[in-house]
Amino acid sequence: MNIVVLVKQVPDSGAERTLSASDNTVERASASNVINEMDEYAIEEALKIKEAHGGEVTVLTMGPAGATESIRKALSMGPDKAVHVTDDALHGSCAVATSKVLAAALGTLNADLIIAGAESTDGRVQVLPHMLAERLGIAALTGARKLTVDGSQLTAERQTDEGYEVVTAATPAVVSVWDTINEPRYPSFKGIMAAKKKPVQTLSLADLGIAADEVGTAGATSTVVDFAQRPPRSAGTKVTDEGDGGAQLVAYLATEKFV
Amino acid sequence: MAEVLVVVEASASAGVKKVTLEMLTIARALGTPSAVVLGGAGAAAAFAEKLAEYGAEKIYAGEGDEVDGYLVAPKATVVAELVKSVQPAAVLLASTQEGKEIAGRLAVKLDNGLLTDAVALDADGTATQGIFAGSAVVKSKVTKGLPIVTIRPNSTTPVAAPAAGTVEQLTVAVSDTDKLTKVVERVAEKKGSRPELTEASIVVSGGRGVASADNFKLVEEFADLLGGAVGASRAAVDSGFYPHQFQVGQTGKTVSPQLYVALGISGAIQHRAGMQTSKTIVAVNKDPEAPIFELADYGVVGDLFKVVPQAADEVRKRK
Ligand SMILES: Cc1cc2nc3c(=O)[nH]c(=O)nc-3n(C[C@H](O)[C@H](O)[C@H](O)COP(=O)(O)OP(=O)(O)OC[C@H]3O[C@@H](n4cnc5c(N)ncnc54)[C@H](O)[C@@H]3O)c2cc1C
Ligand SMILES: Nc1ncnc2c1ncn2[C@@H]1O[C@H](COP(=O)(O)O)[C@@H](O)[C@H]1O
Repeated sequence: MNIVVLVKQVPDSGAERTLSASDNTVERASASNVINEMDEYAIEEALKIKEAHGGEVTVLTMGPAGATESIRKALSMGPDKAVHVTDDALHGSCAVATSKVLAAALGTLNADLIIAGAESTDGRVQVLPHMLAERLGIAALTGARKLTVDGSQLTAERQTDEGYEVVTAATPAVVSVWDTINEPRYPSFKGIMAAKKKPVQTLSLADLGIAADEVGTAGATSTVVDFAQRPPRSAGTKVTDEGDGGAQLVAYLATEKFV
Repeated sequence: MAEVLVVVEASASAGVKKVTLEMLTIARALGTPSAVVLGGAGAAAAFAEKLAEYGAEKIYAGEGDEVDGYLVAPKATVVAELVKSVQPAAVLLASTQEGKEIAGRLAVKLDNGLLTDAVALDADGTATQGIFAGSAVVKSKVTKGLPIVTIRPNSTTPVAAPAAGTVEQLTVAVSDTDKLTKVVERVAEKKGSRPELTEASIVVSGGRGVASADNFKLVEEFADLLGGAVGASRAAVDSGFYPHQFQVGQTGKTVSPQLYVALGISGAIQHRAGMQTSKTIVAVNKDPEAPIFELADYGVVGDLFKVVPQAADEVRKRK
């Protein structure tokens, strides 16, 4: 099976994050950047499928030059090669434009299975997988917490608020995964060394036949007009339980009319 | 006034979800709300009364197995056709997985911008969104096409505004490509009669400190006494104490209730990401240095196995 994993580099959600003052886009240059956490689960799932059914795993990333760091990290887990779509004109791309670029890149890769994270931690938009399926005219099985591959037949348990849905489709398809699906492996030393030599193809917008003004800030379909840090919450009352902590808590809840 | 399409979130068991009523309320600032019901045969009729009560002048019904039996794509097609024919001022959807997915497909179909997770929407289509774990607030606008905006549950208080609620059946014409992913089974996992996590006005969450799946009964019991939903930290979910769909935080649900109760939760930044816009936060933790106390309006330093049962008794006494 020819599998492509979508890997996004994002600012570390455990560190300080902000928007750039000049154009209100996510500040990536000065941020501490990591692989979007959910995408590590996508990589793991791809590797497991390859191990069980054979095939090849390609990492696909759209991002600035510095995203190569995350690509090498992804490759150190075990994928065979990577494609990096990078172009200065992509800075500030909205989800609609990102899906256009990734769909064009996927058009060159002939994948049976495209695996993505369910959402990215920077935008948390959760829309890319269905946008790609829409553009490519292929099936989408999103929000999977379990995936079974039987020949060209895919079955996924899709997590819902009520429980789950069982969904099925044939390849080619886009699957997106939650962190409940597996436990991503740690790169081995051998994996890290091997990753340095794995092929990483870079593609520009021109390579994909996309004009600069269709993407980036120029082609953005939405814009941030105002940005403000929310004042941090301040600590309120703190009491130490001396045997009446529960009663005190409820007394507080009562003054706030919750009980 | 132009129509504003509100894509209804509802289920047979829960009825019309609160976020739908919020959307109908928000929609009035931009035009006349029309509800769009997408589901099996008879779905619109079941929800019509409630939708009309909250201001739906028209109720478009996109119904049938072709809509209900496949994942998301047919729904997006039905909404896209409707947008082309009624030329609405905006389309509002719920910020749920499915709402966002329909929105994404719709944006591609119409070559239109979209905004997700809005907590407010002005008459001119400017949306307010919390970003980066709620640590910052942005105002944004769709600059290409009409505003397609997903609204986060608990963004506003629904206000009734009775309207006609005339049901209009839509012709559902979906392509084979829309039917590539079949839904073969829908399984409900136990939740009891508790409110939906993202919509609840009170959420009681347990963390690693709760220490076992069995002990989560304590959390459930306290939630039930307050009429709230149950949430869990990732550590609690990863330890198998509680199912993942109840996880609050960066990689779980974002909640913004009137009251959030954190029991045995340290308050890591990724957990805060899902709850720090709650109106009132209270916490019980035995570690006085736990970061959760930095944002708690009221904190009790103590053993939750002593504090919570006592608090439960106290609530019962006051009832
Ligand atoms: C990319 C990423 C995404 C993440 N996403 C999420 C997310 O969505 N949601 C989330 O919650 N976390 C998330 N995390 C994990 C997060 O960093 C924390 O590890 C997690 O929130 C900790 O859960 P906890 O507070 O229950 O456990 P701990 O940090 O172990 O805290 C347990 C607390 O319970 C207290 N305690 C123990 N026993 C008792 C007792 N008897 N009485 C009272 N108090 C007691 C302890 O003092 C401690 O403060 C994410 C992490 C990463 C890296
Ligand atoms: N720039 C990108 N490059 C590669 N994959 C991406 C990119 N943006 C999003 N994705 C993929 O799409 C998933 C969902 O992202 P999102 O819709 O932005 O929340 C992510 O987990 C990634 O797998």
